[in-house]
Amino acid sequence: MSHHLVEVRDLFFAYPDGTEALKGVSFRIGHGAAVALVGANGAGKSTLLLHLNGYLSTPRGEVRIGDTSVTRETAAQTRRAVGMVFQHPDDQLFMPTVGEDVAFGPLNAGLPPEQVERRVAAALERVGMTHVRGRPPYRLSAGEKRAVAIATVLAMAPDILVMDEPSANLDPRARRRLIELLLSFEHTRIIATHDLELVVEVCSRVIVLDDGKVVADGPARELLDDEALMLAHGLERPHRLRHLHPH
Amino acid sequence: MGIADWIEIGRMDELGRMDTPVHRIDARAKALVTLAFIAVVMSFPRREVSALTPFLLYPVVLLSLGRIPARHILKKILMAAPFALVIGIFNPMMDRQPVAAIGSFVVTSGWISFVSILFRFVLTVGAALALVACTGMNRLGAGLGQLGVPRVFVVQLLFLYRYLFVVADEGGKMMRSVELRSDGKRSLRFRAYGSLIGHLLLRSMDRAERVYRAMVARGFDGEIRVLQRSSFRWTDWNFVCGWLVFFIVARGWNLADGMGHCLARILP
Amino acid sequence: MHVADALISPAVGGTLWVVSGGLIAFCARKVKQTLQDNLVPMMGVLGAFIFAAQMINFSIPGTGSSGHLGGGLILTVLLGPYAALLVISSVLTVQAFFFADGGLLALGCNIFNLGFFPAFVAYPLIYRTIVKGQYGTSRAWVGAIIAAVAGLQLGAFSVVLETKASGISGLPFGTFVLMMLPIHLAIGVVEGLATAAVVSFVAKARPEALLTTPASGASVSLRPVLIGLAIAAVAIGGVASWFASTHPDGLEWSMAKVSGKEELESPGAGIHESLAKVQAKTAFLPDYGFKSTEAETVPSEHTATGPEAWPTVSAGTSLSGIVGGLMTLALACLIGIVLKARSIQRVHGNG
Repeated sequence: MSHHLVEVRDLFFAYPDGTEALKGVSFRIGHGAAVALVGANGAGKSTLLLHLNGYLSTPRGEVRIGDTSVTRETAAQTRRAVGMVFQHPDDQLFMPTVGEDVAFGPLNAGLPPEQVERRVAAALERVGMTHVRGRPPYRLSAGEKRAVAIATVLAMAPDILVMDEPSANLDPRARRRLIELLLSFEHTRIIATHDLELVVEVCSRVIVLDDGKVVADGPARELLDDEALMLAHGLERPHRLRHLHPH
Repeated sequence: MGIADWIEIGRMDELGRMDTPVHRIDARAKALVTLAFIAVVMSFPRREVSALTPFLLYPVVLLSLGRIPARHILKKILMAAPFALVIGIFNPMMDRQPVAAIGSFVVTSGWISFVSILFRFVLTVGAALALVACTGMNRLGAGLGQLGVPRVFVVQLLFLYRYLFVVADEGGKMMRSVELRSDGKRSLRFRAYGSLIGHLLLRSMDRAERVYRAMVARGFDGEIRVLQRSSFRWTDWNFVCGWLVFFIVARGWNLADGMGHCLARILP
Repeated sequence: MHVADALISPAVGGTLWVVSGGLIAFCARKVKQTLQDNLVPMMGVLGAFIFAAQMINFSIPGTGSSGHLGGGLILTVLLGPYAALLVISSVLTVQAFFFADGGLLALGCNIFNLGFFPAFVAYPLIYRTIVKGQYGTSRAWVGAIIAAVAGLQLGAFSVVLETKASGISGLPFGTFVLMMLPIHLAIGVVEGLATAAVVSFVAKARPEALLTTPASGASVSLRPVLIGLAIAAVAIGGVASWFASTHPDGLEWSMAKVSGKEELESPGAGIHESLAKVQAKTAFLPDYGFKSTEAETVPSEHTATGPEAWPTVSAGTSLSGIVGGLMTLALACLIGIVLKARSIQRVHGNG
């Protein structure tokens, strides 16, 4: 259970040009939870995510994955436990073919070829993309790219999945497939997104970020239904909930 | 280079990913044979024409068995022809030593070497295009890596190829918005140029940073690793040996001339 | 300015391949040693950027034509010489593969002409010396123009040397130089302006992207520059002496032009010497079609100009060559058509 624990304590971060992106963020996420990170643009979501796999680091505050504190030395280990899917699939699919992209992670982890092969097959199967294995990434639709991007991370067998705007640019069918996929995962899932409808369906907990601080952290339905809270932080109440509780 | 050229790369890319007996031949074999072809063709003396003709067989066979439409390749050869034409046309001007006459037209040695240049051009360019159309950039890159080309360079080729379309797309979109706001003119004013290209550059650099981020997130440590290496099968050996023998024979003996002689003996 | 395969001999092409191959290997090693592994995606994406940028033109006022960025110099300003050379080489390689720009044999020449000079001569010796890191000032404009012109002139001159040394084109050295250099002077100015425009934009928007005075990884050792200049010196010396001994007709022609004689009447001495050379060559090369005349028919009746006899040619031999040549072409095309039809049939048959 401890591997799946994600803990952030008093995280402060400023960019080299002085912009203060995070001003004291703290939270704790347990095994198998599906948590949404919501907030207006510029609230600090992406910056926070980049701390979870050690890409960004700061002396002020701490990030712990499982029992290990995330530092430069433990970064490699962290990246095997935390799989990160970024916003633009084109930025993550950089190898000549889909198969090679999915194999990239396991190969870097030093796994032997037969095991890499097994991981690749399993990951592609999981997201339903086995049929595009030999294709170059630029020959995929947006939905296919998104699925493959997830596969590239699944192949590393992480305990925790972190995603930045996974449903952006997807047509309704692709988006529906994504939601089903997310619901089927048993990993701890941390999803930064504007798609509040998706949050209602997939996540049980919501952390609201505004101006680099956590302004709310609690059950998804409760927080998202709080119209005043939503509007105060650049969000709004999702439609789904409006139908359920017409005011 | 224009938008049409991008469509061309796209088409070449599609052709390169087909699956035919020629495509299945190891990329290294095809690359080496093509290089040998070009070297042999270029080793002929200046004024040789007829001996060159049998060499047409190589690109033609590759393209046919590879099911590559000939007009596609011919179009590219034509587009690339001007440079050779411009330089080559000086030969007939400079070298006026007469050699034969057809009716009242005096064929000078200069014309012969000019035709030779043109012919060589078609052969070498045709062979290179056939190589790429029958192999595809990805297999070719991997093959080059196995042949000993430095890994850093092969990776560079593959990354460049991968992001070619993406960046071109961005550039194309920027140009479209320029066109829409400037009466359809496709040439920018100089001030706008620096800014537009500058923006494209910054976006490219940002993209590179995001790619790097994704690579690091999947454990990248500076080394790009490959899953499998291809090995030579007997068809590949046959391919290499067969063509090399043909090149040697066709270089040593003027096969076209021979055929002409046979014809002269057969016909009354 | 890409050199085409058809004009390069295997000897020259092969030599330049070795040189360029060595350069690439050297730069690859240097790039690895910098330990900047974020260079990998940066180099790839910037290569794609150069491709896209070459598609976009700006109009040159007063001429009605337009220009665009070549990219060698700006790549060096962004990446340093080693990485820049690799990027330029990769762009040229893709162009050779997909656009028949130059061809494979000449790729080595093109990499040297278009990559070595901007990255290892124009940038370190000229651009950096003039601009001294002050990218936002008018120094940057001056430096860019002079550096670009110098780089392109050196490249253009190399093209001439390589083509002449290959001996396939009959274009005389002097004419060739007069054709290439002025044109590339203009191209160089355009390149310099385009480069400077982009640099000045980046200097305002993101100055940290531009190289400051050399960090340890980007410092250029003089060795590649010296090697390159040495090769150029040897080549020039070799070509000059070769010219003096074997190709007086080129100089003759220029002289004739200068002295005002009509083109058609090249000096008798000139033809005589070239005839002698042709005969020497025909005796040397057994597969030269004309030589197999001994057993063949009567020499042609079409003797035309003066006392200088025809070389050992007969209409009969040339005819067999021509007929044979045409037949071979037809046969090759026929084979192609048959093979293609059969392979398509095979696919449909199995489908």
